[in-house]
Amino acid sequence: MTTDAVNAGFMAPGGKSWLREWLFTVDHKRIGMLYLWCITAFFVVGVFLGLLLRLELFWPGRDFIGQQTYNAVFTLHGVIMIFIVVIPSIPAAFGNIFLPLQLGAEDVAFPKLNMFSFWLYVIGGATALASLFSGGGAPDTGWTFYVPFSAVTTTNVSVAVAGVFILGFSSILTGLNFIVTIHRLRAPGLTWTRLTLFAWALYATAWIQVLATPILSITVILIIVERLLGMGIFDPARGGDPILYQHLFWIYSHPAVYIMILPAMGVVSDIIPVFCRKSIFGYKTIVGSSLAIAFAGSLVWAHHMFVSGMSDTAVMVFSFLTFIVAVPSAVKVFNWLSTMYKGSIRLEPPLVFALGFIFLFAMGGITGLVLGSAGTDMHVHDTYFVVGHFHYVIFGGTGFGMFAAIHYWFPKMYGRMYNRRMATTAALILIVGLNGLYFPMYLLGLEGMPRRYYDYLPQFTSLHQLSTYGSWITFAGLALMLYNLIHSRYRGAPVGRNPWKAATLEWTLPSPPPTHNFDTEPVVTHGPYDFSEVRDDDGA
Amino acid sequence: MNENERTKHHDPGYGLFIAVWAALMALTAVTVEVSTIHLGFLNVVVAMAIASVKASLVVFFFMHLKYENRTLKTMVLVAFVILAIFIGFTFFDTANR
Amino acid sequence: MTEHRDYLGAKMGMWIFLFTEILLFGGLFVLYSVTLGRYPTEFHEASKLLDVTMGTTNTMVLITSSLFAALSVVGLRKGSRKVAKTCIFLTLTLACCFLVIKYFEWSHKIHAGIYPGGGTLTQWEPGKQAFFSLYYTMTGLHGLHVILGMGVFLWVWTRIAVGTCTPEHFVALENAGLYWHLVDLIWIYLFPLYYLIT
Repeated sequence: MTTDAVNAGFMAPGGKSWLREWLFTVDHKRIGMLYLWCITAFFVVGVFLGLLLRLELFWPGRDFIGQQTYNAVFTLHGVIMIFIVVIPSIPAAFGNIFLPLQLGAEDVAFPKLNMFSFWLYVIGGATALASLFSGGGAPDTGWTFYVPFSAVTTTNVSVAVAGVFILGFSSILTGLNFIVTIHRLRAPGLTWTRLTLFAWALYATAWIQVLATPILSITVILIIVERLLGMGIFDPARGGDPILYQHLFWIYSHPAVYIMILPAMGVVSDIIPVFCRKSIFGYKTIVGSSLAIAFAGSLVWAHHMFVSGMSDTAVMVFSFLTFIVAVPSAVKVFNWLSTMYKGSIRLEPPLVFALGFIFLFAMGGITGLVLGSAGTDMHVHDTYFVVGHFHYVIFGGTGFGMFAAIHYWFPKMYGRMYNRRMATTAALILIVGLNGLYFPMYLLGLEGMPRRYYDYLPQFTSLHQLSTYGSWITFAGLALMLYNLIHSRYRGAPVGRNPWKAATLEWTLPSPPPTHNFDTEPVVTHGPYDFSEVRDDDGA
Repeated sequence: MNENERTKHHDPGYGLFIAVWAALMALTAVTVEVSTIHLGFLNVVVAMAIASVKASLVVFFFMHLKYENRTLKTMVLVAFVILAIFIGFTFFDTANR
Repeated sequence: MTEHRDYLGAKMGMWIFLFTEILLFGGLFVLYSVTLGRYPTEFHEASKLLDVTMGTTNTMVLITSSLFAALSVVGLRKGSRKVAKTCIFLTLTLACCFLVIKYFEWSHKIHAGIYPGGGTLTQWEPGKQAFFSLYYTMTGLHGLHVILGMGVFLWVWTRIAVGTCTPEHFVALENAGLYWHLVDLIWIYLFPLYYLIT
């Protein structure tokens, strides 16, 4: 075997045609890479749609796209970003590649099912996109598909929600696969308390995927049934109740927020100890808080519905319960900070992204309490405050978690190192850009600018323009980061097994790992953040 | 390892399943009969109670849950608790409107 | 890659898949229970329009099919592929009976104009309309699962016939059985909720 072939690891061609090797692969690492590329492609599309929205809002009134196009663009931006990019981002891409490696396993529990999930993901994404170009035109309902509008609009909602249904199925099967993998395929000695926090986060996430996603599936089936057969399940004239749609939708979609954020928290929990050379502070409380978030997340969905006409008792109960979720989230933040305290910190790009995560997530999390408290929510409900809040949490949180994960595991995936200085610069530009983009939205919301509006009053112009400038800075940061990664994938300096001197199992393998993962089944004798036995000679 | 060896120590046979089936049939008859007596709101409660007894028979015997390990039992419990939460919490709203 | 056999893992995977099915119907049970709470008298009156005899027969048919599904696993495990295949055949036959009876129930209602958007139903009060919207959605989705379950059993039947599902490695049959019992389980709740509401 030549040196080149050894270095290519699982990426090396296996002698069959490219299509057969990649499209029909059951190797968890290849499937993870496929997800990663697809997610990146869809992310780029979503980013351009977002830029388009910001550009249109630069001046009041029509700049260059019409109202109907604007409605379609924000709906599509939401659907792509939520269902196709953010929900599968970390679990399906990095979970697939690294969960079995961190467990010391040969593959996930059901490799063929894993391949099937990926196909479903592609078919679902394609179906959602097809809704743009077929039927009565692109859906204009917003990503929440609220009835009664979604039941009566002439745009192509049925096809879009069918895409969401298929994507949900894919997400369920990935979750199922991960649960069984973690239960059944841990290497000898890898007890539950020696599991990485990333694996724990994926475990908690997987349970939400399995138990909450079916509710979304049935909800979108009901929309389709309503549109095609006129069932009237949400029509008050026929004994239905549109508020029940909102209940069903948020029973899934609130826990879905934790599907998005928990894996990112897992990534951050894995990265911080490595770059502080210190065991994680409060391992068990972080595990407990992941499970607590997963559970408590399923109790609070109706805080999205305070002004829907829901009963006052329910408003108070759900408002109170919402505050409970803040507790485990804060526990994690305190644990990360305590881990860094008196650690020997190396400010490498993954840590910079992780710190960006903590800062931006805190900004989003704290404003979440303003929205969770029923009194203040009445004031800012459906304003730009909400838009600012969830973009801080999802882009600043999950997005940064994703970027941290890419920069942490890039050397392992490709066997090459990126330009670290450029990566840090990109991270800083992104942090500045994100604040420029989303902070003005808080102010806009407090002043009463409603979300999803195509036009606005002249007094909001300067804040809208500030936000648009921020979107350009963000775009510059993303472009620099992507350039650096793509360039380094071909030209980066080769690295050894363990450039970051981390202690988890994936770093004991060559970079990139071979197709069969471990030559002999590893036996685990220490915890994931015990750096005392990491050797220095494996480095870059 | 052969799947039979793993399960040999608890091997429910034909007889047990037929007995469970007989119980399920009897309970079906009971629930139809009870529904003809007017108990008001209690009718729904009784019907659901009988259905739950039948469901337990199916889950524990037909589906072998009685013979499974504790992990699987816990998982089943979690799934049903979450479903109960979804139904119960929705009532917070609708029952107080 | 070598064939990876993990009996407990396969079974755990199937159970987790069943949870998703339970929650899928769970969403509809949320709708049902809330709507029942709102229109108790209308639900009672609408429920009287359903044929209890047919509903009871179908319940017994489905429970019996579930029994044969369970017996097929016992048969295969005791080493008899013949018993297993016979039991599967009986399960499938009873499943067909279930669907035929369901077909007669539905078509009778639809001829009478009792379906969402149908001439008769749209004249009635909202509570009754809600009852029948939910009735068609839930029993329809259940019927779809019956058909899917039959497909699964046909697949396992061929696996037993070609010898990839054997007395040593019977987890495919056991999982098919689990799926079938779940379909039965959901019907156990649907039956009293629709036919016996008083």
